[in-house]
Amino acid sequence: MVGLNKLSISDARDRLRAGDITSAELTEDCLAAIEGSDALNAFVHNTPDIARDQARAADARIAAGDAPAMCGIPLGIKDLFCTKGVASQAGSAILEGFKPEYESTVSQNLWDAGAVMLGKLNMDEFAMGSSNETSTYGDVVNPWRRGNEDTALTPGGSSGGSAAAVAADLCLGATGTDTGGSIRQPAAFTGITGIKPTYGRCSRWGIVAFASSLDQAGPMTKNVRDSAIMLEAMCSYDEKDSTSSDVPVPDFEDMINGDVRGQKIGIPKEYRMDGMPGEIETLWAEGTAMLKDAGAEIVDISLPHTKYALPAYYVIAPAEASSNLARYDGVRYGHRAKLAKGEGINEMYEKTRAEGFGDEVQRRLMVGTYVLSAGFYDAYYNRARRVRSLIKQDFEQVFAAGIDAILTPATPSAAFGLGEMADADPVQMFLNDVFTVTVNLAGLPGISVPAGLDKMGLPLGLQLIGRPWQEGELLNLAHVIEERAGFVAKPEQWW
Amino acid sequence: MSIDVETARKVAHLARIRVEEDRLPGLAEEFNTILGFIEELNEVDIERVEPMVSVTPMRLKRRKDVVTDGDQQAKILSNAPDAREGFFAVPKVVE
Repeated sequence: MVGLNKLSISDARDRLRAGDITSAELTEDCLAAIEGSDALNAFVHNTPDIARDQARAADARIAAGDAPAMCGIPLGIKDLFCTKGVASQAGSAILEGFKPEYESTVSQNLWDAGAVMLGKLNMDEFAMGSSNETSTYGDVVNPWRRGNEDTALTPGGSSGGSAAAVAADLCLGATGTDTGGSIRQPAAFTGITGIKPTYGRCSRWGIVAFASSLDQAGPMTKNVRDSAIMLEAMCSYDEKDSTSSDVPVPDFEDMINGDVRGQKIGIPKEYRMDGMPGEIETLWAEGTAMLKDAGAEIVDISLPHTKYALPAYYVIAPAEASSNLARYDGVRYGHRAKLAKGEGINEMYEKTRAEGFGDEVQRRLMVGTYVLSAGFYDAYYNRARRVRSLIKQDFEQVFAAGIDAILTPATPSAAFGLGEMADADPVQMFLNDVFTVTVNLAGLPGISVPAGLDKMGLPLGLQLIGRPWQEGELLNLAHVIEERAGFVAKPEQWW
Repeated sequence: MSIDVETARKVAHLARIRVEEDRLPGLAEEFNTILGFIEELNEVDIERVEPMVSVTPMRLKRRKDVVTDGDQQAKILSNAPDAREGFFAVPKVVE
């Protein structure tokens, strides 16, 4: 019998409700799969006891009838989410030993809906990275391989553990967070679906902050329908997050009906990059054809400030991070450096932060400190915020002209080898986010959906960008691509 | 704009991150690569453009100015590297 861990959320839900399987059985199969997955390094704090308790409770709730869709569904939680009494380190040594006394709103929403926590998932340190190579827990390995090679590939980042865990069927779905592409890029690298909702859809409360004006949580799942189901459970208005929105949360799954006739899909010319592999170009054209075939109208559009999105991001995100991460000072939680005789509080701060933060985080915090420092604030930070306004206006103008959604590639390449970028300068790594980062700057919803394989057999994703609060419409469009692309490939198990 | 070793030292101190002397030149070089990338923003005409302050078009909600939480001293201190007598403990700050 095939392990129940291989089920999708929607299939598991239907079979749980039919009494065909129990959450306890489903959970055991996931725990067994996790046991055998050390080579992937996706799960970093396992919580089998919590999982078994929650599964038992879910089974009772399902038996009593009227259980929500996520009831009994085993999930992995990105380490960035604070989970009560369970290690939550944001992939950093500076939060070594930290066990929150509280639960993030998003994870609480999932537990309230009856979901089961299998454990915490690896990620780039403080979500800063695009390859999951900056984690204090070590690299995550992508379950996919190039043809018959055994080169270890990146699952992408920062939600690399979430992506690898879902792609390898260690869990049915996982939470991710996305500040510049951290859900969509790893989803594309591992052949799964990931959606970053509109800024304000998911509460940020209890999620370790990276760049507060860009951070959003979202689901990472095996297919589009599952993303709809899980996203709905994650969203809520939350008084504890002042930017949380109280727009009503629709039944996203119900909005997947395959009918996209008459929708106007924009194809932005600025996303056609020099040096982009021909396969990505082809995939994009195929995706366009699929939507056209389904009755959508294809319109060439221009988003003229696209090329400034990455540089603006690399001012704004480090600036916000330098402020947010000031709290890691060795006083209230996590690591504190040992002091030599005569050393005082400044040495404590400086040594603690030098020991606790990895190189990438240190570099970004210092860049952020620099762009906010006296004399440079206007030249860098305020300039970047003005450019951000222009990037947002680009989108507003095409939406005002009647465009319903925008289709782009999700990433400029397929997954690359771990360590392959080690000698590149930091800017080369930033380019991974070239197609995704605009969406965060503008606060829009974006979804990555697998649409094909490259010649080495690695998955490639397409991205759809929607108007604010139109996640339902976006999921429906993504479903059309998913169906027509017929993407069913799975990585062959080697781990 | 080019960052020298002296500026790198100053920025590290402002960020409260200890950087050993021999690492400063390399750090300055990395900063310059990143800042060179950011310089592209200088091409953009930003006259008459307001800096973006709100991500989604919404008004921040107001709430009553009342206490909504508190009385959790033990929980707040539970993760502290050093807590004594109900306080966070740190090295001596005042001489």
